[in-house]
Amino acid sequence: MVSTQAQTGVGAEHGASWDDAPYPVLVADAQDSVVLRNDAATVLLPGAHPGTRFADVVPGWLAEAHAAVRVPGPRTGQEPDAEPPCPPLSGTIGERSFEAHPSVRADGAVTWWLIDDTDHVLAREALDMERRRTAFLAEASSMLLSSLNLGRCMDVTAQLAAEHLADAALVIAPTHGRRLPVVTCPRGGGPSTSHESADPDEVPGLGEALRGFPPVPSRWIDPSSAPAWMVPEDFGTVGSIVITPLPGHGVPAGALVLLRRSGGAAFTDSEEVFARLFAARAGAAMSAARLYAEQTSITDVLMRELLPPSLHQISGVDYAGGYRPSADHERIGGDFYDVHPAAVEGDASLITLGDVCGKGLEAAVLTGKIRNTLHALLPLADDHQRMISLLNTALLNSHHTRFVTLVLASAVREGSGVSLRLTSAGHPTPLIIRADGTVEEAQTRGTLVGAMPHAPARTTALTLAPGESCVLYTDGITEAEGGPLGGSHFGEQRLKRVLSECAGMPSESIVERVQMLASQWIGRGRHDDMAVVVISAPRTHHLSAVNGHTRGRFTA
Amino acid sequence: MSTRTPHRPPSAAAGTVRRLSEELWSAVSTADEHTATEVVLGALDNGVDPETVLLDVIAAVQGRVGEEWAANRLSVAQEHAATAINERAVAALSRHPAARTAPTRGRITVACVDGEWHALPARLFAEVLSLRGWHVDYLGAQVPTPHLIAHLHRTDSDAVALSSSIATRLPAAHAAITACQAIGVPVLVGGAAFGPDGRYAFLLDADAWAPDARAAADRLARGPLPRPRPDHQQLDDLPHLADQEYTLITRNSASLVRSVFTALHDAFPALRTYSEAQRERTAEDLAHIVEFLTTALYLGDEDLFAGFLTWTAQILTARGVPAHSLPPALTLLARELKDFPRATRALDHGAAALAPVNRTAAESLS
Repeated sequence: MVSTQAQTGVGAEHGASWDDAPYPVLVADAQDSVVLRNDAATVLLPGAHPGTRFADVVPGWLAEAHAAVRVPGPRTGQEPDAEPPCPPLSGTIGERSFEAHPSVRADGAVTWWLIDDTDHVLAREALDMERRRTAFLAEASSMLLSSLNLGRCMDVTAQLAAEHLADAALVIAPTHGRRLPVVTCPRGGGPSTSHESADPDEVPGLGEALRGFPPVPSRWIDPSSAPAWMVPEDFGTVGSIVITPLPGHGVPAGALVLLRRSGGAAFTDSEEVFARLFAARAGAAMSAARLYAEQTSITDVLMRELLPPSLHQISGVDYAGGYRPSADHERIGGDFYDVHPAAVEGDASLITLGDVCGKGLEAAVLTGKIRNTLHALLPLADDHQRMISLLNTALLNSHHTRFVTLVLASAVREGSGVSLRLTSAGHPTPLIIRADGTVEEAQTRGTLVGAMPHAPARTTALTLAPGESCVLYTDGITEAEGGPLGGSHFGEQRLKRVLSECAGMPSESIVERVQMLASQWIGRGRHDDMAVVVISAPRTHHLSAVNGHTRGRFTA
Repeated sequence: MSTRTPHRPPSAAAGTVRRLSEELWSAVSTADEHTATEVVLGALDNGVDPETVLLDVIAAVQGRVGEEWAANRLSVAQEHAATAINERAVAALSRHPAARTAPTRGRITVACVDGEWHALPARLFAEVLSLRGWHVDYLGAQVPTPHLIAHLHRTDSDAVALSSSIATRLPAAHAAITACQAIGVPVLVGGAAFGPDGRYAFLLDADAWAPDARAAADRLARGPLPRPRPDHQQLDDLPHLADQEYTLITRNSASLVRSVFTALHDAFPALRTYSEAQRERTAEDLAHIVEFLTTALYLGDEDLFAGFLTWTAQILTARGVPAHSLPPALTLLARELKDFPRATRALDHGAAALAPVNRTAAESLS
């Protein structure tokens, strides 16, 4: 079986020299002995002399592959086509990587073609690495971009860094306070927030990174010099620590600390560059979140005075209010209401509800001024006409060209009822819900305020029996357009019909019902600001326990 | 026993709970706020667990309010008054020393979906979470999604608990769920709208669903909800929306209701004798049917529409109004929507479901 030609490495049967083949070639016969190798194979596997056992002279992976190919035993000529082609086998020989392609001959001998794919493998690994990094950066960007909350951005940053860049990651935010906000995340774990009372300047590179100036590169620090708070519990021995500044846009965004265990791979240059790319994205997101937080806190402070107050029972009279601005993303608009408790117990509280022409933020700012003016005029609350005239003058003298319609109501508990004085200045007439379901219009009329030199108005007085209510509302309710057939106004008649079904209901339920029906009437359509205030005489003689009073007040 | 049920058994004896529920029911159904508050606070004084009072007494009584309204034994005004008094009872409970708990856990935002006015279930859940040591932001009824998102950007909530009781709010709920998830906050949903088995919660890809407040609180106690995928889009959950039936019918729903209402005068001549208010009710009922139809199209669930129709027929029958106008309305709707295959299927399915109910109603009247 073993020919002399084969031993010389020349394939005489085909008239071609194996030595000309561009790849190392080995032939093993049916008894698994090497019978032939070409020059390239000699260089690659110097020990594989013809006659040696194949398995003894080739690396394990190739020996296994050979065994697998040979398992069925010597093949006949008909068989090879029936077998599905084996997937290419590959492994390393020495420093390099090879694909091994077997061809099985009819006599059971196997020819192994070894193709050097080292460069191909390296290129593929580099491509895979770049793809993974790009996918990671894309994922990081979309996760970071989605949140405007600083805490959540820090969590996401720490978690992503721990999953992809290090065995543990810390995100440290700059602070004006004494304690450093730190989010720590070990690989495979969840982020946890802590506040460390540490001086960042004691850690090399951290102080600069948190100040955001001067610009500093990533900084390696000696793991033994790292403060204890920097190393997560049960982390083991730290092999390497790198501190990377998170670049903000004009504002410092913080620092990213990456830790790797000793014994693992240290950071390579390309990993460090990559960590900086990630840090740039994280820093941008965190500085945007910080700016947003600052803006929101400013808005919140400015808006606090403009938000409608939450109403409750005062001096034995129930109040409830509801407000819906014209735009769903806003919280304020051109309607307003307030309840001012009397300075002296037993005097009437003043309720105001009004509507500045226009909507949105500008109208809201004007409502703030009007509410302040009315607040200043509280000592005159007994005389509605006088308040209205003074407000009229104040508005005429201001640079605003806007005007306002409003209702003033003075309410005081008398016995089990509530006595009310109502004045409408160009405003939709307040409605009274009587106990039997009758809905009355309050007999008050007046002109709007801030348009003409005089604003005369007529005040009316009435009494609410227990369970009866007075409803103040703005025209956003009655002029709400929609309905099941579309295109019609909610209207005063419908409002009265709704209110007559509300006889005896608690004040907040009436507000809610009116708001709900008006909202459903509108459906998805556009609408104006809508405000409702309900003043009720409580049904029983008991005081409500809702207002923070203990039961002792009326059970003792 | 407790191994069989995932929920903690109420700490108070069943008898105490039953007695308290009866007392609270009689106070609430007669709009007696004082007694209602006394019942609740008295229970706490006697050492009944606040969570038991919230969920086994107040929530149970509120459930009964809904049942009594559906059976027409409570008027709309009584139902509202009862709910308001229950809410006041919850407020009083939350101020009792037994209910004061310092926050030891994370932060949860509790809100009702935009357009959802039934705030009590969410309120009760918020109180339960506070009792269990969470820092709770309770945003109340019908929270527009932009407000919810702005709140989540401002605060670092661990999760959002979203409540909805009416199925027609599910498209809005879906928008809210997706928006919260897009900014990295997981969403736990609850309420009758999501179905007794939570099927719509899973359909709309909420991160968690619970059948009741206790189970929901238990779920949150078990550990943080998984961080949602940031690239999740509404269309991923509901590929059938690509046919635009929902979009087109929703956009034209007012004119659709108008045409059907006009045509109904011929198909259902009794309508001509109706008063103005009755006619408006009828138009509202039609608008409601269309709203449920579009919701069923949104979810791709014809059973939802059929279920609504049979429920409506029962409500009408309980009020002595025969549901005779429903089948002609469905026929007219089907005529208007003949170019929409999914809508047509849903209407056929609904009409079939309605047939036995109508027969029973007719028999009970004769």
